[in-house]
Amino acid sequence: MEVQVILFAIFAVGAIGSAIVTVTRKNPVASAMALVGHFFMLSGLYLTLEAQFVAAVQVLVYAGAIMVLVVFVIMLLNLGTEQQLAERSSYLRGTLGTLFAALFVILLALAITSNPSGANQLSSKAVEIGTTESIGQSLFTQYLFPFEAVSLLLLAALIGAVILAKRHVQEGA
Amino acid sequence: MNIDFFGSLPLVAIWLALGAIGIVIQAFVRNNTKLVFGYYVGTLALTAFLAILSSGAKGSSFGGMIVLGGYAAYFDVLFCGAGILAMLAARPYLDRLNAELDEFYTLMVSAVAGMMLMAHASNLVVLFVGVELMSISFYVMAGFLRTDIKSVESALKYFLLGAFATGFLVYGMAMLYGGTGSLDYVEIGKAVSNGTATYPMFLAIGTVLMAAGLSFKVAAFPFHQWAPDVYDGAPTVVTAFMSTAGKAAAFSAFNPVFAAIMPDGVGGITDTMRLALAVMAAVTMLVGNITAIAQTSVKRMLAFSSVAHAGYLMMGIVAGTAYGHSAIVFYLTAYMFMQMGSFVIVGYLEREQGDGSDIENYSGLSKQHPMLAAMMAMFMFSLAGIPPFAGFFGKYMLFYAAIQSGYTWLTIVAVASSVISVYFYLGLIVKMYFTDAPGKKTTFATGTAGFTIAICSVAILLLGIFPWLLTNIISTW
Repeated sequence: MEVQVILFAIFAVGAIGSAIVTVTRKNPVASAMALVGHFFMLSGLYLTLEAQFVAAVQVLVYAGAIMVLVVFVIMLLNLGTEQQLAERSSYLRGTLGTLFAALFVILLALAITSNPSGANQLSSKAVEIGTTESIGQSLFTQYLFPFEAVSLLLLAALIGAVILAKRHVQEGA
Repeated sequence: MNIDFFGSLPLVAIWLALGAIGIVIQAFVRNNTKLVFGYYVGTLALTAFLAILSSGAKGSSFGGMIVLGGYAAYFDVLFCGAGILAMLAARPYLDRLNAELDEFYTLMVSAVAGMMLMAHASNLVVLFVGVELMSISFYVMAGFLRTDIKSVESALKYFLLGAFATGFLVYGMAMLYGGTGSLDYVEIGKAVSNGTATYPMFLAIGTVLMAAGLSFKVAAFPFHQWAPDVYDGAPTVVTAFMSTAGKAAAFSAFNPVFAAIMPDGVGGITDTMRLALAVMAAVTMLVGNITAIAQTSVKRMLAFSSVAHAGYLMMGIVAGTAYGHSAIVFYLTAYMFMQMGSFVIVGYLEREQGDGSDIENYSGLSKQHPMLAAMMAMFMFSLAGIPPFAGFFGKYMLFYAAIQSGYTWLTIVAVASSVISVYFYLGLIVKMYFTDAPGKKTTFATGTAGFTIAICSVAILLLGIFPWLLTNIISTW
């Protein structure tokens, strides 16, 4: 068995474990910390799949920027106590959630087992695709158009955020 | 990489105008909303003009990322027109609420840019960026009246559910990519119709997820629950814009995507999927129309009726034929004018009467505002599908397309639900013409909103009496 496969298994188990911890903790800070762990495990998974760039971005954006924001919000909303999260989870919702998760697992299992043989191997092209260089190249050639379009999307989001955060709208104008 | 610059000009123009120049103008011209308003109306008019010029372009551009020519250019014009009409209506409305900010128009134009991307998309990545650009602008516009609790609630609801639907959409795209190895509509279509998809199961899951995500955007059952609340809570001019142009944009993308992943005559999973969409369409019509009967607020009634209209439009997708697709284009155009016109009138009356979208406030309208009442009646007749208005011919085309493809039962359901809908559309007309007003009301000038209402009513009359004006254009694609 290759090292890659063993590492994949370790990261996969870690990712699932930390995801379960994230949704079962009643303390929001513990949940957030488990989520950080989950993000690191995911980036490990990406690494074993030869996607170095995505792995790095995963750590930088999610484990770095987004989680800092999440922890800030927890702090500002003062969600330190257990009750606030506890009262939101009901028995029915839990059952339904589990049911749908199970259905989805079955669906995915069906999809994986119905694949042609040998399809679960890592494609040889994956090694070339995952590098920063090739991603940059396709971003500025093949995907130039959507790449530029995203700038407009960010602009709209920025303007929207300014509008929603601006105070005293009604007194102005 | 081939770039057909001339053909892509409308997209590039709206882009430059919005991003580069618009922001600079706003930074330097403070407190001059009139100028910003004029600038953006001009931008949309110019874009529409360029779109008309480029409508003869063929093929694709930017390495197959966007398609050019007839279909996409027509939708460009439609979206720009909707943007201009909504802006004209928005000015007096927002002015009354003291909430007219320059950024409102910026967001409106960015929403139009997103819609244009959706209509032009030939690659799932472009589609995704377009959907998000449109949706993010809508989320903010829905919550534009920040001190109004209903507006804020509507924005929050829309944002949370919309983000969830986007998740479905992206997951569906990922599955389609996993199944076929391509994000390109044409490549995916080839893989489906030749049966060469590497992972057929992923393809099936992807199709279902894409259908769920897009059904949310067009507000079709069972993903319609957000629509009434959001449409009801948002400022009425925003509702007028997003329930018409937003739906048109979603259908303009729904059409080519599903033409690619559900091609005619492949059988197997595609037939099952088609049947599922047919059932969704049938339930959407029934749910929308039956719930609309129970509403006492005209704004909410129109919100439910817009759900029902999504059901009618889906018949064209179910049919999947070229005729079905042109029926969708025709009905979307008609729907845009009639629904926008009626929402703008609701917004105007609400302005006049404070909190006025209750149906009781419409009693005796024919005596106070004979013109408005007449136009509102026209919009209602058209929405109900009564000739000689545009709604009739659009419905006829959709029903015919469904029958042609062997979905007679769906047409029967559609006719039945149209009959149900006549009840509440005509109910409003009866209120306006055959009941007396409780008291004398003061009258405000309609301002620029009057243009919107007038243009909408002229358009539905023209399209109703001379439908070939539009069908001739559609047949050239």
